[in-house]
Amino acid sequence: MKTVDARGLSCPEPVMLTDEAVKSGKRPIKVLVSEPHQKMNIEKYAKDHDISFTTEETEDGFAVMLG
Amino acid sequence: MNDGIHLTQFAKHGGCAAKIGPDTLSGVLERLPKFTDPSLLVGFETSDDAAVYQISDDVAVIQTLDFFTPVVDDPYTFGQVAAANALSDVYAMGGEPKIALNIVEFPGELSPDILGEILRGGADKVHEAGAVLVGGHSIQDDVPKYGLSVTGFVHPDKIYKNYGCQAGDVLILTKQLGSGIVNTAVKAQMASPEAEREVIRVMTTLNKKAKETAQKYTVHACTDVTGFGLLGHCSEMASASGARIVIRPKNIAYIQGAKEYARMGLIPGGAYRNRDHVEPFLEAGQVIDEMWLDLLCDPQTSGGLLMAVPESEADSMLRELARAEIGTEVSFVGEVLESGCEKGRMVLEMGEGDR
Repeated sequence: MKTVDARGLSCPEPVMLTDEAVKSGKRPIKVLVSEPHQKMNIEKYAKDHDISFTTEETEDGFAVMLG
Repeated sequence: MNDGIHLTQFAKHGGCAAKIGPDTLSGVLERLPKFTDPSLLVGFETSDDAAVYQISDDVAVIQTLDFFTPVVDDPYTFGQVAAANALSDVYAMGGEPKIALNIVEFPGELSPDILGEILRGGADKVHEAGAVLVGGHSIQDDVPKYGLSVTGFVHPDKIYKNYGCQAGDVLILTKQLGSGIVNTAVKAQMASPEAEREVIRVMTTLNKKAKETAQKYTVHACTDVTGFGLLGHCSEMASASGARIVIRPKNIAYIQGAKEYARMGLIPGGAYRNRDHVEPFLEAGQVIDEMWLDLLCDPQTSGGLLMAVPESEADSMLRELARAEIGTEVSFVGEVLESGCEKGRMVLEMGEGDR
């Protein structure tokens, strides 16, 4: 699984990095973010691109798994 | 001129999205001592756009200050946007800007030419506003910031307050929405060149012509839409007026690409803070597509005037705004359903409505 570590980054960097990873064609992808709103932005990105996802809370934020 | 410098990369939040959240801010402000003066016509109790102080029977002074971090990379454009935004607070009070002072923070390691371009952009907007720019204050700081303190004049009987809207009023907005989202998309290099051009045009347009046109009509309440987003500023108006208002998101003009970028998650953090703030004002049981809420809560930089106008005058005002070529799109946002309520409420209606 490819991991995008976007912890500590501010918007729109988590979405940019996720987009790069998706476009590179390697899936599944795990995206790590620090803030709830960044998690929601990644989930919106996934929905918009018809990518299934699951989200879990981590010690320092959230992990969104894009299938 | 830019030497490969991207001004927005210095700032974590750009433009009005850099505002401190409304909940945090009100918590801090309520602990400050209250100032009263019989000549103070508008203070900060109603979260209005500027202070207004009466100095004679027919003149009141409007005083305002606004500055922020870069929202665009080009220094001249940043100067224009910051100045248009600061001048807007005077227009939102119904006034005429007269004197402006620069407020600048700038990193010592950057070329002074960049600072020169920022100030030139600001000066050009002050000139366009018909005001005079007379110096200001600058300090060194790691993150560039620019804005203006503006003094304007208004007749004490013609002040636009952010409260006073009445049942039956139509809410008119003089610029298209979505600048926070589109700027985020630009920063992500995911925006189209057309969307980028449009957002710059929207942010650099003065609210001067819109205000001058509106002055020929009855305006019960007015504010400019900035960092708290349309719903945030509507909730302030509703709350300060004791009004229940309906907003029709599908009737509002948006900057091209804004809806698409909102769906992609290119949403500034401030939009989520604004949403938390306005949720208590929204009537329960409404199921609204996330995208619309994101657009309505999107923090605007140098946004348009939001005005409550009697229904009988609304159509002619809209026609005259169109003729005045104010440079932006005007929309009917919604209506005031009831006034004199104990607290402000907002209803979102997803139909197209009559207008």
